[in-house]
Amino acid sequence: MATLPASAQPRREPEQAFIENRQLDNLRPLTRRLGLPAAIRFGWLLGPFLLLVFWAAGSATGFIDSRQLPAPWVAVTTGYELIEQGRLQNHLLVSTVRAGQGLFFGVVLGVVLALLSGLSLTGGYVIDGLVQIKRAVPALALIPFFILWFGIGEYMKVMVILLGVFTPIYIHTHNALRGIDLRYVELAETLRLSYWQFIRQVVLPGAMPGFFLGLRFAVMGAWLGLVVVEQINATDGIGYMINLARNYAQADVMLVGLVLYALLGLASDCAVRLLERRSLAWRKTLAQ
Amino acid sequence: MSTAVRIRRLERRFTAKPVLRGIDLDIAKGEFIALLGRSGSGKSTLLRALAGLDHDAIGTGLAQVPQRVSVVFQDARLLPWRRVLDNIVLGQSGADARVRGQRALAEVELAGRENSWPYELSGGEQQRVALARSLVSEPELLLADEPFGALDALTRIRMHVLLKRLSAIHQPAVLLVTHDVDEAIELADRVVVLDQGRIAADITVALPEQGNARTSRFAALRTELLGHLGVEAEPASLAAGV
Repeated sequence: MATLPASAQPRREPEQAFIENRQLDNLRPLTRRLGLPAAIRFGWLLGPFLLLVFWAAGSATGFIDSRQLPAPWVAVTTGYELIEQGRLQNHLLVSTVRAGQGLFFGVVLGVVLALLSGLSLTGGYVIDGLVQIKRAVPALALIPFFILWFGIGEYMKVMVILLGVFTPIYIHTHNALRGIDLRYVELAETLRLSYWQFIRQVVLPGAMPGFFLGLRFAVMGAWLGLVVVEQINATDGIGYMINLARNYAQADVMLVGLVLYALLGLASDCAVRLLERRSLAWRKTLAQ
Repeated sequence: MSTAVRIRRLERRFTAKPVLRGIDLDIAKGEFIALLGRSGSGKSTLLRALAGLDHDAIGTGLAQVPQRVSVVFQDARLLPWRRVLDNIVLGQSGADARVRGQRALAEVELAGRENSWPYELSGGEQQRVALARSLVSEPELLLADEPFGALDALTRIRMHVLLKRLSAIHQPAVLLVTHDVDEAIELADRVVVLDQGRIAADITVALPEQGNARTSRFAALRTELLGHLGVEAEPASLAAGV
């Protein structure tokens, strides 16, 4: 090793060793965490709230043209008038029943198919490819056929919604069923669980997070499907109300419909999340 | 003494290369055997053959195991969606299953944690729950695949004491797979060393209760076993070298 001249030797003063010591009398946290800090309750409302503020401010100052987008309070007053006339609750009820029916039967269909396809290889060979094909076909392209097959009544509408609902349920539940940890399979074997005990106590509970993820997509899918079917041919429902208002250029009624869709979607997503948190209390995640 | 496990000419391979090449081994009822070996020596394969977990293996030979066999893995392997007591009684039937489960939980010193979720327990506590789950069925054979490998040194010592006490109470035959020579001597009645799929040594521990005789016997066994494992370094010379 070459010897450096004495002047070039880096000389470390004794005090320097202490410079990096943390000051312990400081009240601020001494370390920085990389994960997310604790979540604030209802924190997710901040974004929607900011949008509302922007919208209100824009409307009040005239920055937003009221003919293009009425002010937020117009949605409230028009909504109130529509309720007084009895129209709003009627349309809302019809729409909710439609979405609810489509959601219910879609979830049942999605779960049944996912179980058949997830728990048996043959079932998977038969079902999985078909569902993937269905995913590739847009719902809008199917509607003309659905009208041919199911007519233009309630039946067709529920079928369209169902079609949008069952796919996410199927995909996520199937994925979770097939993704069961092999270590748990070994455990079940050493505990001599019967096949049905294994399915009921290991596979199904393990697939619940996947099912709930699918359910959140499915609930949104139900409302989206509703928009589609109610704008095509309907004599009632929120979509019909919006369509009618469009013909008469009633921007305020259209706005009420839009806000209603948003609230319904938000409320149902909250409901699913709540259900999820109750059912999956065993999970410890970053977000909780 | 009657036999709990009888293994004759056991051969196993997964690819062309054999992993076990003719194992003959008897384990008596209530006997505690530690199975030592380097990585790839076939010790886990032997344990998995006895546990009935070697679905993909090809092989011949005889492996007789008792009716009730339990397995403890290196990870606690608790189902995260079942509370502690529900994990312990998984697969147990009978009206008294939960009572037996609670008793097993008390035996591993976790009474009162019946309703905790697995994620609320520390690593050592989770492994104790796994031990309780393996004992609740009163196994005649307990297979343990490096059960303390993932624990810190202090927790490991506590687990040694616990396992020793519980195997004295329940009297299962035990096959403990480990790579820790000290652990093997500390716990086992007999230490079997596996090398390249064959039994290279089968040594009765017979450790005196205490005193100098114990210390010297421990050291002698340690040197002998390390020799069989191909480790020549003596702890004394290591200490002198530093």
